[in-house]
Amino acid sequence: MIRKQRRTSHLAFPDAAELKEPLLDVQDLYTAFHTARGLVRANDGISFTLDRGRTLGIVGESGSGKTVLTRSIMGLLPNINLERSGSVRFAGHELMSLTPDQLRDVWGTQMAVIFQDPMTALNPVVRVDRQLTESLRIRLGLDRGAAHETAVTLLTSVGIPAPEQRMRNYPHELSGGMRQRVMIAIALACGPKLVLADEPTTGLDVTLQAQILDLLATLQRERSMGMILVTHDLGVVANRADDIAVMYAGRIVEQAPTKELFSHTRMPYTEALLRSIPRLTDASHTRLRAIPGRPPDLAALPPGCPFAPRCPYVQDRCRAEEPPSRTAGAGHLFSCWFPVGSTEGDGALARNVAAGVPAAIAFTGTAAAAAVTTTAAPAPVPPGGAPTGGDA
Amino acid sequence: MPDAGIAADDVERIEDFESLQGMTQPEPVRAVEARSGLGVVFWVSFAWVAVMVLLAVLASVLPIKNPNFQDYTAVNIGPSVHHLLGTDELGRDLLSRIIYGSRVSFVIGFASVGLALVVGGAFGLLAGYTGGWIDSVLNAGSLVVLAFPALLAILVIEAFWKPTTLLKLTLMFAVAGAPSLFRVIRATTLSFANREFVVAARTMGATTWRILVRELLPNVVPAAVSFALIGVAVAIILEGSLAFLGLSITLPTASLGNIINEGVQNNNLSLNPFIALWPSIYIFLLLVALNLMADRLRSRFDVRAGNL
Amino acid sequence: MARYIGGRVIQLVVICFFISIVAFLLVHLLPGDPTYTILGPNDTAQARAELLRQLGLDKSLPAQYWTWIGNVFHGNLGISFLTHQTVSNAVGEAFPIDLELIIVSQAMAFIVAIPLALVAALRPNRLFDRIATTSTYALLAVPTFVVAVILVLVVAVKIHIFPATGYNPLSQGIGPNLKSVLLPSISLAVGSVAIYYRLLRADMIATLQEDFITMARAKGLSTPYILLRHALRPSSFALLAGAGLSIGSLFTGAFVVEILFQLPGIGFQIIQAINARDYLVVQGMALVVAIAYVVINFGVDILFTFLDPRVRRA
Repeated sequence: MIRKQRRTSHLAFPDAAELKEPLLDVQDLYTAFHTARGLVRANDGISFTLDRGRTLGIVGESGSGKTVLTRSIMGLLPNINLERSGSVRFAGHELMSLTPDQLRDVWGTQMAVIFQDPMTALNPVVRVDRQLTESLRIRLGLDRGAAHETAVTLLTSVGIPAPEQRMRNYPHELSGGMRQRVMIAIALACGPKLVLADEPTTGLDVTLQAQILDLLATLQRERSMGMILVTHDLGVVANRADDIAVMYAGRIVEQAPTKELFSHTRMPYTEALLRSIPRLTDASHTRLRAIPGRPPDLAALPPGCPFAPRCPYVQDRCRAEEPPSRTAGAGHLFSCWFPVGSTEGDGALARNVAAGVPAAIAFTGTAAAAAVTTTAAPAPVPPGGAPTGGDA
Repeated sequence: MPDAGIAADDVERIEDFESLQGMTQPEPVRAVEARSGLGVVFWVSFAWVAVMVLLAVLASVLPIKNPNFQDYTAVNIGPSVHHLLGTDELGRDLLSRIIYGSRVSFVIGFASVGLALVVGGAFGLLAGYTGGWIDSVLNAGSLVVLAFPALLAILVIEAFWKPTTLLKLTLMFAVAGAPSLFRVIRATTLSFANREFVVAARTMGATTWRILVRELLPNVVPAAVSFALIGVAVAIILEGSLAFLGLSITLPTASLGNIINEGVQNNNLSLNPFIALWPSIYIFLLLVALNLMADRLRSRFDVRAGNL
Repeated sequence: MARYIGGRVIQLVVICFFISIVAFLLVHLLPGDPTYTILGPNDTAQARAELLRQLGLDKSLPAQYWTWIGNVFHGNLGISFLTHQTVSNAVGEAFPIDLELIIVSQAMAFIVAIPLALVAALRPNRLFDRIATTSTYALLAVPTFVVAVILVLVVAVKIHIFPATGYNPLSQGIGPNLKSVLLPSISLAVGSVAIYYRLLRADMIATLQEDFITMARAKGLSTPYILLRHALRPSSFALLAGAGLSIGSLFTGAFVVEILFQLPGIGFQIIQAINARDYLVVQGMALVVAIAYVVINFGVDILFTFLDPRVRRA
């Protein structure tokens, strides 16, 4: 029994082409949770804009707050123990001031999410066809026949062969790649203007990744949608995002158009991320240049720049004062006291290497430096016996 | 991969539907239960049951009246100084009848379940871990025994096997209860038998016995105990039902169900409702305590009820 | 899928076979001799021997079993000594009463428990949930016969709405039939409500935390729709498993209740038969009840297969 839901409010959403302002305008978004361990600041001062037809890539490690960001933008988070402030303007409406019913109106038809894991995000006991057609019938008011046809067309457009048969399948009967395509189809079913893709390719093998991302790009072009691509993998966004925002510890530490970000990196974290990508041209057995240390605990952030404990360029000022957001050319924002490629930055790095700061040493990463770290602390002799060979 | 660093333990209170959604961690949160320790409720229930058991065990040395002594001068008295819970229609003290009556319930309840636990549990561990034809045979066997409604079988056996003693009842209840415990333990064992730590133990050359006792048993015990407690509750109810029908321990030995039965006969309900009331309340509190304990164990050790 | 069902059917048949053996042995291995009851005062050694031969009780046990089973397959369960009715007749009259009790009571239990659980799972730990959960806890701990006693006391004795005892068969009209079955069914339903409520609520709460529910919300679907069409089905497995498991105790409870309310169901009849050593009746009724129980369980299992597409293994 599928009944069309009563619309309690009719928000007017102009056609995307007629929008005079950016499709999505986030200003100073702040999301925090009250937990037993204290206040967890998942998003702090997030600001960016997204125009129709463009893709924004949001990159960050696990624990950077990026998934919370997608949920917070949409307003899907629980109201309990939650602090949320700032502004999220979508297609001319301020989402933060909408009622829950109005917000529900927006979901699906105007904004859609593609979840990370299709195995858990699809209802395991509902067939594909209902998962597709229910929003078509309920939100768009299509009748059973029209919904079915539209669903089949959708499946075809996401590249699923034999769509009629797939409609009768259950999620667990499909392969991983097909499930992800179904998710995409469901997200796009009601023709949203904005799609938030939360790690859409994590867990898929590399060839599938490329296919899925290509698919998303094609669909986005065809429908002139805005897309936010959230990932931990810089490689994913390198070719596919128009702009990239790098998140660390709940903040955007650098954002720029893609080419600019790669060629004129300013924030040391971004630089470290870029350097950590292994290259085919490297000799075999080249040591991976991972970033030492761990992401910070969002409930107990130290003062100053959050990247300071792991930064090769760190100076005392970084540990005391949080760097403000600065501009470095058109559309390029970053937060750093000693940015990459500047005189202050180079000086800072040199001083750190000389002083033996571990992050700096690891950053300038040579075999000699590696040898330095392994012999730096001699293994203590265990009581009552000679040290066994091989421990370092 | 928790994205915002929020652990499941931190979400203490879940208030409404919206709050259940959009939890930032991808893994389902264990809703609402406090995680560490068994909690006040558990220990209070435990204490209550322990006190009841103690009273029953020590009944003969306690300063309470003889449960079978019929004092015709004190018939149907309500709660008073001499008779704390009053007397029944034959002048017998209700308090002591209830305490002595609880003996039967406790013995049958705990002894039969204990026996069922040992037998059913041993077979369950074996079947769950070994698999193969042993498992099939045991499984089918348990289904056959389970297929017979216990009450029916007990009624029949009882009718022909007079007199009905405590021992016979205990044995019959144990046989009736063993298959259920067998299936529960078998299911739990199955869910653990393929986990990595068991495989690891096997590859290190551990014998079957060692694996059963050292690896599987500790994991299976919480679920087993939880269901066993429910089993005790069920056994007590069953015995009560039997006694209520006059088919349990032969009178005049008091049994809780017996007393309730008397309380319902001969218009006693209107004359002296206490006869039926006190034992009912007693059973009720006892069962509530047992259920609370079983529940707490289950939620603490994360066992799902319907997982058979 | 068909193979799975086929396998289960074979298992069912085997179990039924063993059940018949158990039913048979139960009666024949126990002390007690029907001849004393039947012959009564005319009991001489000769008459006894004659009767034994007549009843076929002088043959060996396996032979007796074989004869009996052969008869069963022809629909002949024997004749009652007490009532001189055929056993199949007696069963045919008595069993539907218990079935009716079970069906009516479980229907009542579902009707009450499901909405309660849905509402409680929506707002866990709030007032409604706390009240509902605590009261069902209490209900769990009240044995069926106590509930029945209280019901009788309150409703029938004091208020005189419903009859306290006696049964009105369907042939006399559905109204009086339901009236006589109502109190017993309520007694049975009370315990079930508690179990079903708790099972469904627990499963619901777990299901509502799953990703696919968030996804459904993100599609803009309404809460009632999500509850009923997305959350209920995955959550109902524990409920069905619980219902399936409790069938045994339902039979037991039904017997107790019908004895108390004096409905002429199987429990009632069997006790009379047992006391009179009317062994054919006991055997036949035990057989029928056990087989019905197993068949119902089988049905529940198959239902599981249809409801959860993930469960396809034997």
